[in-house]
Amino acid sequence: MKRHSAARTLQALIAGIARGGIRIVDLSHTLTPEFPPLVLPPELGQSWPFRVETISRYDERGPAWYWNNFSCGEHTGTHFDAPIHWVSGRNLPHNATDTVPLERLLAPACVIDCSREAAADADFLLTVDAVRAWEAEHGPIPPRSWLLMRTDWSKRTDPAAYQNLDEQGQHTPGPDAAVVRFLIEERDIIGFGTETIGTDAGQAAHLQPPYPCHSYMHGSGRYGLQCLTNLDLLPAQGAVLICPPLKIRQGSGSPLRVLALMAAEAP
Amino acid sequence: MSGRARYDEVVVAVPVTVPYVRYSIRGAHWFAARALAGLLSGSGLAKSAIDGLCFSSFTLAPDTAIALTQHLGLTLSWLDHIPLGGAAGIVALRRALRAVQSGDAAVVACVAADTNQVHSFRRTLEHFSQFAQDAVYPYGAGGPNASFALLTARYMREFGVRREDFGKLCVAQRQNALAFPHALFRKPLTLEQYLRARPIAEPLHLLDCVMPCAGAEAFLVMRRERARDLGLRAVAVLATSERHNAFPEDALQLRGGWALDREALFAAAGISHQDVDLVQTYDDYPVMSLMQIEDLGFFAKGEAAQFVRTHSFTTDGDFPVNTSGGQLSVGQAGAAGGFLGLTEALRQLTGAALGAQVANARCAVVSGFGIINYDRGLACGAAILAAQTP
Amino acid sequence: MSGASGQRPRKNPLLRTHVPLTPPAARSRIALRLTAAAARGRFELQVCRRCAHVQYPPREACERCLGLELDWKAERGAGELLAETTLHHSHEEYFRLRLPCRIGLVRLESGPTLVTFLRAGARGVGSRVLVAAHLDRAGQAVLVARAVGEQDSMAEDRALRELTCSARQRKILVTDGKSATGQALIRGLLQTGAELVWAGTAEPWKPAPGLDELARDPRVTPVPLDLTDSDSVRERVAQIGAKVDILINNAELHRPYGIGARYGVEVARAEMDLNYFGLLRLAQELAPVMRARSADAPASAVAWVNILSIYALSSFPAQGTFSASKAAAYSLSQCLRAELQRSGVRVMHVFPGPLDESWNEQLPGPKLSPEALARSVLGALEDGIEDVYPGDLAQEWLARWREDPKVLERELAAGG
Repeated sequence: MKRHSAARTLQALIAGIARGGIRIVDLSHTLTPEFPPLVLPPELGQSWPFRVETISRYDERGPAWYWNNFSCGEHTGTHFDAPIHWVSGRNLPHNATDTVPLERLLAPACVIDCSREAAADADFLLTVDAVRAWEAEHGPIPPRSWLLMRTDWSKRTDPAAYQNLDEQGQHTPGPDAAVVRFLIEERDIIGFGTETIGTDAGQAAHLQPPYPCHSYMHGSGRYGLQCLTNLDLLPAQGAVLICPPLKIRQGSGSPLRVLALMAAEAP
Repeated sequence: MSGRARYDEVVVAVPVTVPYVRYSIRGAHWFAARALAGLLSGSGLAKSAIDGLCFSSFTLAPDTAIALTQHLGLTLSWLDHIPLGGAAGIVALRRALRAVQSGDAAVVACVAADTNQVHSFRRTLEHFSQFAQDAVYPYGAGGPNASFALLTARYMREFGVRREDFGKLCVAQRQNALAFPHALFRKPLTLEQYLRARPIAEPLHLLDCVMPCAGAEAFLVMRRERARDLGLRAVAVLATSERHNAFPEDALQLRGGWALDREALFAAAGISHQDVDLVQTYDDYPVMSLMQIEDLGFFAKGEAAQFVRTHSFTTDGDFPVNTSGGQLSVGQAGAAGGFLGLTEALRQLTGAALGAQVANARCAVVSGFGIINYDRGLACGAAILAAQTP
Repeated sequence: MSGASGQRPRKNPLLRTHVPLTPPAARSRIALRLTAAAARGRFELQVCRRCAHVQYPPREACERCLGLELDWKAERGAGELLAETTLHHSHEEYFRLRLPCRIGLVRLESGPTLVTFLRAGARGVGSRVLVAAHLDRAGQAVLVARAVGEQDSMAEDRALRELTCSARQRKILVTDGKSATGQALIRGLLQTGAELVWAGTAEPWKPAPGLDELARDPRVTPVPLDLTDSDSVRERVAQIGAKVDILINNAELHRPYGIGARYGVEVARAEMDLNYFGLLRLAQELAPVMRARSADAPASAVAWVNILSIYALSSFPAQGTFSASKAAAYSLSQCLRAELQRSGVRVMHVFPGPLDESWNEQLPGPKLSPEALARSVLGALEDGIEDVYPGDLAQEWLARWREDPKVLERELAAGG
């Protein structure tokens, strides 16, 4: 693209946003201490939940200003998973949050609606057949797209319901092993996104291989997005995701603001 | 007490009382200064003639007696600070007599002065003694009232003394106080009123307790010749005694140190109990007043009830006690309470009573008692005074 | 204080809340040994090593032989009532509000004469009594005589009820109601007659079946409370803090690691964040509120209980980071105790040995069951004890530590 028309494209983008033709949807939850973190068996290391401590608030600790210190894990709240996060991606080039190629941080998104199935079965697994059926209706998944699995799980505002834990562990929907391989080998997706904690299903430890989404996606240099919200506002095709993680040295992931650009509905 | 020197060549004179007030914004130093001024005007001496000082106070802190030398402009060859409360007067007398006898000082002023401000009494109690702090004050903070209530209860039970008996003493002392110009309580008291007064710590009621106030008492000790040269009416000291922490094995203080020393005291004085015309006791509580009379030998141990019921304690009675009213009717000006028996005895024996005069008062016994360290008073003493033969 | 239904009367909100007052707090250093013993529920007196004389009040030397070696030994307290009185007047504001008050003079069989408070049954000159030492509202030892065989709780006596911190008819916040000890505490509190128990729960997504069961009792209310989250603490205290009479801080993170057994600071940091910083967050929010209510009527804020660990005294190397976090909590709790000293809220330290729980599986016994821990906490509240060492192991470690902490350190480094 010549520079001349690239400049016009950018102008058109800004104009579209200003005039409302292009809508920006926030796919991130607010970072609050109540948001449930990923819970692993107690003998393993745990990720921090989000915590914030006020430094001062227009008081004797700082009369004219308000600011906080916060702490959290790289995988707290709405967050990005980089390939280095999984053992299968540990040696790949450009595999950390500070080395992810920038052009991959803006990408189209396909949204597959599994909300009915997930409501009926918390352990619902997305299959190849389900994806093919979606493509029959909405068209093929373009290469280097995000595939976002909409389950409306983000509407579960009660943390206990969101985690959905019992003696067997977590019960949340996700992809089965076959569909992950399919999406990588047959559709070259750039990353998989979910509304739950974990791109893999809650019971994915029992799949073959265990945690196939993490294992295959990161093992092939691809990414994950978790704890997304507002997927129900996106079209099946056509939205563009902007999702740059924090530039943490050798970061395995980070909380981030995931923005989706989409065409506003015709009035 | 055989072998102790007599007091023949030394005398006591110039009783001074700085009028008592319930509360004062002045410090103890002010009352001390007034007392000292009274001693000078009463004796005609210049301040520079005072070369010895015995001082007692509960409210001089952070000062002690040495500070008074600079505060009041005294240069002394002899100084003693006597923190013995109600025994301070007797002990000050004993110290001063020996100082003058030995030639260490020529004229000793014995002064007790205390102020009373709104928090004085409570502060004095709080800092009274380590044992009081550790083992008495935390138990209801009744101060000495609690300790003496326990003692009074046991004494009454042990010896069959009734409240009416203590009341008789208090009523008599009030009668004695009516004519005394410095008494803070000048309304007659009936036994009925005494009995009905509100309870403080059973069996003590309001009128069993002294009222703290501000004031001072003082007197001079000097050689007999000096007093004569100054034209002063002076009093002789026949004998004295002092005993601290007597009978430590007694579970309760039902007797005091006087019981150990009374025989020697009267023997040294060369008199018998019948020769005594009046008795001044340290009356912080009626039970102690009675105990002092008992332990000094005026009646047998255990016969207090009988004694009270068969005697009369007013100045015109057959056994005058606390002839100006005692602390119970005059008020307790801190350490001055330990001196008021002496100054009153001096006035009675020189025919110069400010209130009612005991007829033919020739011989007086003055008793002191003080410092309730824990569960009993530790300091005690007594003196037998006699009017000088002309 | 008790109504027919066991409910305490509601507070009249139009009445001014009483300001905290304390009895006279000053004690000489030598007399503080009495307080130190009473804090552990013991009555001890000085016994001269040379002549065996027993003395009171405490002195710097033997009053009989001037011996300077005085041992503090347990005193049985049996004696005879020599005299008694009822105070109707006091110079101290604290006591003026609690008159009349009975005190007496007791001569112990071992010799000394004591001024003591008298419980209702201790009356009659010559009667036999038993004297015990308790902590008063100023946190200092006072002696109380009761008739031999007298059982009734001191809580019924207007002047003496403040020597106890009984949970009866009070409202209690247990910071972790989910854990086994938390549930045992809640059960025990209900049995004692607590009016209401708030059961703090963190991580609401983790199920707690035992607590759900307990919460069926209308007196038990689970409330969200995460001591690692300042917002959570602030919000919870804002909501219920003004009603909390007793705080029991049993929330803890416990892992069995020393330094070398677990690489990285994360576990230790998590232990510290809950065990130490959690206490700090809670104390900053709740202590001022409880202080203001320490003289409230009809029931006041009376006690703050911190479940520490016997490992706070001396590191148990196999659980070294946990020990360090409990040592930090202990030190901070001493600070809390000092800051609350003038208010009359009793800060209690509980030093259990290892609890009978999964992270201690590899430890040999004796281990403390949650029920035993709960019993000892509730008993200590009842008796107004300040420093509690529940269980045989804790008692043994305490004895070794007091004898010589260096010897204990060496023995623990060698494995026990």
